Amino acid sequence: MAPGDVVQSVLAPAGTPATSIHQLWQVMLWTSAAVFALVMAFIAAACMRSASSPKDPDTPATSERALTRAVASAVTLTVVILVGLLTSSVWTTAAVDAVRAESAVSVHVVGHQWWWEIEYEDAVPSRRVLTANELHVPLHQPIAVKVESRDVIHSFWVPNLQGKQDLIPGMPTAIWVQADRAGRFRGQCAEFCGLQHAKMAFDVVAEPEADFERWLDSLRAPAVQPSNEQERRGLALFETERCARCHTIRGTEANGQVGPDLTHVGSRQTIASGTLLNTPAHRREWITNPQAIKPGNQMPPTPLADDELAALVAYLGTLR
Amino acid sequence: MTAATRTLDVRHLPPGAFGARSLMWWGTMGIVLIEGTGFALAIAAYFYIGARHPVWPPDGVAPPDLLWGTVNTLVLLASGIPNELAKRAGEHVKLRAVQLWLCVCLAFGAVFNAIRVLEFTTLNVWWDRDSYGSLVWLLLGLHTTHIVTDFFDTVVLTALMFIGPVEEHRFVDVEENAAYWYFVVLAWLPIYGVIYWAPRLT
Amino acid sequence: MNELDSEVAQRELERTWAEPIGWRGWTSSIDHKTIGRRYLVTAFSFFLLAGGLAALMRLQLARPGNPLFGPDLYNQIFTTHGMTMMFLFAVPVMQGLGIYFVPLMVGARSIAFPRLVAYSYWMFLFGGLFLYVSFLLNAAPDVGWFSYPPLSESLYTPSKRADVWAQLITFTEVASLAVAVAIITTAFKLRTPGMTLNRVPIFVWTQVVTSFMVLFAMPAVMLASTALILDRLVHTHFYDADQTGDPLLFQHMFWFFGHPEVYIIFIPGTGLVSTIISVFSRRPMFGYLAVVLSLVSTAFMGFGLWVHHMFATGLPRLGASFFTAASIMIAIPTGTQIFCWIATMWSGRLVLKTPMLWVLGFFAIFVAGGLTGVMLAAVPLNTQLHDTFFVVAHFHYVLIGGAVFPLFGAFYYWYPKISGVLLSERLGRWFFGLMFAGFNLTFFPMHVLGLHGMPRRVYTYLPELGWGPLNMTASAGALLMACGVLIFLFDALGLRRTREAAGADPWRAPTFEWATASPPPMGNFAHPPTAGGREPLWEDPPHQPIVVGLATSYREVLVTHVLDAEPDHRQKFPDPSVWPLLTAVATTALFIGSIFSPWAVVWGAVPVFITLTGWFWPKKPNETGTQPWPASRSLPLPNEAPAAGGTL
Repeated sequence: MAPGDVVQSVLAPAGTPATSIHQLWQVMLWTSAAVFALVMAFIAAACMRSASSPKDPDTPATSERALTRAVASAVTLTVVILVGLLTSSVWTTAAVDAVRAESAVSVHVVGHQWWWEIEYEDAVPSRRVLTANELHVPLHQPIAVKVESRDVIHSFWVPNLQGKQDLIPGMPTAIWVQADRAGRFRGQCAEFCGLQHAKMAFDVVAEPEADFERWLDSLRAPAVQPSNEQERRGLALFETERCARCHTIRGTEANGQVGPDLTHVGSRQTIASGTLLNTPAHRREWITNPQAIKPGNQMPPTPLADDELAALVAYLGTLR
Repeated sequence: MTAATRTLDVRHLPPGAFGARSLMWWGTMGIVLIEGTGFALAIAAYFYIGARHPVWPPDGVAPPDLLWGTVNTLVLLASGIPNELAKRAGEHVKLRAVQLWLCVCLAFGAVFNAIRVLEFTTLNVWWDRDSYGSLVWLLLGLHTTHIVTDFFDTVVLTALMFIGPVEEHRFVDVEENAAYWYFVVLAWLPIYGVIYWAPRLT
Repeated sequence: MNELDSEVAQRELERTWAEPIGWRGWTSSIDHKTIGRRYLVTAFSFFLLAGGLAALMRLQLARPGNPLFGPDLYNQIFTTHGMTMMFLFAVPVMQGLGIYFVPLMVGARSIAFPRLVAYSYWMFLFGGLFLYVSFLLNAAPDVGWFSYPPLSESLYTPSKRADVWAQLITFTEVASLAVAVAIITTAFKLRTPGMTLNRVPIFVWTQVVTSFMVLFAMPAVMLASTALILDRLVHTHFYDADQTGDPLLFQHMFWFFGHPEVYIIFIPGTGLVSTIISVFSRRPMFGYLAVVLSLVSTAFMGFGLWVHHMFATGLPRLGASFFTAASIMIAIPTGTQIFCWIATMWSGRLVLKTPMLWVLGFFAIFVAGGLTGVMLAAVPLNTQLHDTFFVVAHFHYVLIGGAVFPLFGAFYYWYPKISGVLLSERLGRWFFGLMFAGFNLTFFPMHVLGLHGMPRRVYTYLPELGWGPLNMTASAGALLMACGVLIFLFDALGLRRTREAAGADPWRAPTFEWATASPPPMGNFAHPPTAGGREPLWEDPPHQPIVVGLATSYREVLVTHVLDAEPDHRQKFPDPSVWPLLTAVATTALFIGSIFSPWAVVWGAVPVFITLTGWFWPKKPNETGTQPWPASRSLPLPNEAPAAGGTL
């Protein structure tokens, strides 16, 4: 993501629901601006008028009847404008709700403190894809995002694509998302969830269906085998150090269930829930001391010798 | 002051009044509104949670035993009689009658506080079992706070009516104490219905 | 004897109503003006503390990735900022103005239930101290000012922090409820003869309406916070989803309080605006009836909006639409008030002194905030903007615009009455200018930040998101506001060398607080005035009667009928007492103890019962000068006609 990319914005809609909402925003913005200007104009006029009115306090310059008519008209106009805005809101609600489909790609998103568990559903269990912190969606079709939390309340929000939906433990709900423009977007947790609420983000990739299916297939495969001595050393460290207690890499000994699935972590754009770009230097920094980057998160520091660290970092980079 | 100043002389007005004319009534009604709202919200919370569970109470839990709750409802309703008599004695400024009927109210109060303990023991659920248990204990607990404080403030008022000094406006306090007592009794009826009958009727 | 002429009687009156001085005065004063002043000073001190916390927040957010504060401290800072502003400043300051001015405006010698009001002040103060001591002990709440479970449950907040949140609620709600009962009773029963309901000042109406809202809204938050403490302390399961509880129950109960709460803050603000516009346009408020009805309907409707805080939780669509409609329609009564205000200004003679400047600032800021409120009421837009800085902008626009700006206007208006000296017009204009500019510089960019994807309650953000420049701008605005507040403090604390004496009525205003000295004497009025109209000092004839015949050797207040304020009876009022303070100390021990053990509720109740008994128990009659009770009844029953004599 380069500075200036509009990847997390309500004002750059990239899909049907977000576009409908953006239209409502425009209606409300310009109506509000007009109302504001009108009210301020009347106040300014009232000030100028009464500053220059005759000194005698007993004869109001405008008759009470005229004032009553004016106030009544203003109230009437207010009602009309509000009903108009209400109508726009209802219309937009219907437009957003119309984005749904019978058989659609269905993703199960589970919020954890402070990362996103993502599972693509499938009728065939072996075709389900479990990953974390990065979501891909095929273009021009509604995607069902089923959300829930394992701990506290979080909120799933990708402003370029759709409004937010809270993740409430014990209360699974769903939201429909649709992307109509390819690109990389960013989502962020939008319900205060504790120490690292600020750094609980995720990447969203909107791509043509063929690319999406290819990505999904690649994630179905078990982890890439290490191809040289350094990578084998990296895998061995992963399995024997504490890493395997929390993380899973399918196709190896590591099947921890506490933290994100790392089977294809090399393919992700960012690590630590959208906090750092996925580069070897950042992986090194994160593994050595996650507490320095996301204080309070659940991953402990893992002090390793330089060569061990290099091996681990290289191995993880191969897991595409 | 000039001779032209007109005056409104109020020295002949009585030094107090009963009922809605008294400030104490307004204070008591304020408490009634506050606590009544609290009870209503607690009942709403009970039904809100209940509506989310097809089986209520949740599996394996029997509804509270009817015996002590029903007995206590009758005792509370019966306590309305000495309560009303104390109130009237207060309005007629009859000290002996006030002393008598307040003592009778206290006797009733001692009985229904004691029975309330028995009610807690026959709820058939602990507060920490699940949300149903928590809500039942909350409802009963909220009401119990009221019968305890009402009992206590009636003790203090009764003591004052015996020990003195008794001034005429104290009889307004007797009347307002009776009003609060009525509230505590009447507020119990819907709570009784919710705790003891709602799980049987759904 | 004509007591009007009696010097002895006048001196006796002053002695009777005098409050003790020194530490005895501190601990036993029950004078509503003293308590009102304490409320205002204490609430404003909390405003400064919360403002300081906000300055820290703006320092942190000025730059992306700022290492100044870590998340743990930042979360405590923003939570304490919100709690302080909402519970320790906004509501108490408005109630403080009511405590001081409602009795004066209705022509009464005292507020109803003065000892209860004194008790409420101590509860407010002790609650606030409890919060800030916790902050110093690294135990300030860190779960946001609305403390949602499951985050605030013991599993995710094992420390005492969330218990501090819950008990601060208890302290402040007890205080607010007590004041609400006192204000309602004062406004309905202690109005001076002639002040029919139709002649009650609009400020008093706003205090009454607000007080009713307090009675019905605060039990909800008491219940919500009590259930949270029970979950944390004795393992009930109101909110935990694993054991059949429901986190949304908390949200419903909290917001059933939370939405009326903002009207509890805003409606008194509208009373201040009505007061100032009328005085500084030199004419009675246009559309008095429409304004009063608007207040009442706003209060009712305010209880029907709460779900708009929960639009992102996945509630059924049909229900959500109802709340959208209600949230949009509440703009109608508010709009009606605005139009009546403009009509009053239009047909009046403007006096552009400092209080009026603040009202003009209110218009600009509050109307903008109200319009963003209509935007947020629309469900689809809400799903994008909820929990972002757009909401932060919205509520600061409506609360600072709708309550704080009128409040500063009211300070400039009423400071002379409270202290006897005028504030500086010149410094007042500087203060206003800095606040208006600083406020907009700080909060306008936040609308844009929210639209650009910045969520609330984040201790930092990535530089690539591009939020840095607007955040820096917002932080700069905070600096301007701080400068303005310093100027105000310099003046209000009396640090100017020359200050102008105010006299009784420097603004030539129409209501009864201006009919007595500045500051008012003990007992408020040597002889309570009666009311011949809605703007007594503007329109009452010179021979409008004054009230005589109230006792001078003990404290006595005239009680009148609810609708027409006909005299009904005389009521003896209590002397200064230390029991309210002692009861507050006992209650504080109970509340603080109960976050450590449930047994504290049982053992802590004992000192509370003892102090309440001491409070209630009367002194000997010969000490108070009342007559012993007669053998037969002399007090009228509810439906008996009042005794004859002395009508207007």
